Amino acid sequence: MSGVGSFFAMGGYAAYLWPAYAVFFAVLIADTLAPRLRRRRLLRELNARMARKRARDSGGAVSTPRLPEQSP
Amino acid sequence: MSSNWIPLWLHKLSSPPTFYRFAGTLQPWAMTLALLLGAIALYGGLVLAPSDYQQGDAYRIIFIHVPSAWMSMFIYGVMGIAAFVALVWRIKLAEVVAMESAPIGAAFTFITLVTGSLWGKPMWGTWWTWDARLTSELVLLFLYLGVIGLYHAFEDRRQGARAAAFLAIIGIINVPIVHFSVNWWNTLHQGSTINLFGQSKMSSAMLWPLLTMMLATKFYYIASLFSRVRTDLLSLEGGKDWVRKIVEKEAGQ
Repeated sequence: MSGVGSFFAMGGYAAYLWPAYAVFFAVLIADTLAPRLRRRRLLRELNARMARKRARDSGGAVSTPRLPEQSP
Repeated sequence: MSSNWIPLWLHKLSSPPTFYRFAGTLQPWAMTLALLLGAIALYGGLVLAPSDYQQGDAYRIIFIHVPSAWMSMFIYGVMGIAAFVALVWRIKLAEVVAMESAPIGAAFTFITLVTGSLWGKPMWGTWWTWDARLTSELVLLFLYLGVIGLYHAFEDRRQGARAAAFLAIIGIINVPIVHFSVNWWNTLHQGSTINLFGQSKMSSAMLWPLLTMMLATKFYYIASLFSRVRTDLLSLEGGKDWVRKIVEKEAGQ
């Protein structure tokens, strides 16, 4: 058997060894990506909230027009 | 927060904007070290180390199984200490560290259980057995999941963190049980290979990749924790000035 072939065969234990390593990497990659996605979503959310606040502060009735008969 | 025995630098570091910057500087370095050490450890463990005279090549699962198992307990310890600090001194950063450690700890515990199962099948002839070591590690996973669940069960995040911190502290009792289970009970699981004090039962060609992977997983934890904590701080301090500046800067890019 060639060197590379015997490396991947792992003395007959390939069916146990490689899935174990696959799980190790898959779980850690998921653990790395999850907070990155959450961060991106959060920044977008905060940005939108700030934009709404700016629009409100500048007096423009951009997103929430107030109905006169409902105001006290 | 008024306790004056807390060193000033620690007090400063625990302020959210300072820690956000500090963690942002260190995080890429921690991740780089984790990847570098991990690659070296994998090469040492999968290529350079000889196969075991009893277990053949199956033993090579040890290079991810044992470091993950160590991390499952180490992270629980960090979470427990941070939870204690959070409950006693009400430090927001400690709350965040405790709560964001839980998913990383759960990830390593899950890896430990799965890789152990994949190792147990060819060596013991079974995927699972209800022995002391395996059962206490499974309990550890449930404790992590309990902390995560409790944290998210409350409308108010800080109230949830306090409830979950309480559970985390109670669950600490399980960590020594996991560690000493192989000595206290007769188990199928083999005893410790590595001895912190005295002779380890392992040749150096196998030992150094294992210890290198242990370091790699430590740095990984730092990297993952810091990136999670940073996001949490932005979320918790959403309306504050320092967060507004960061959001504006990121949006401008």
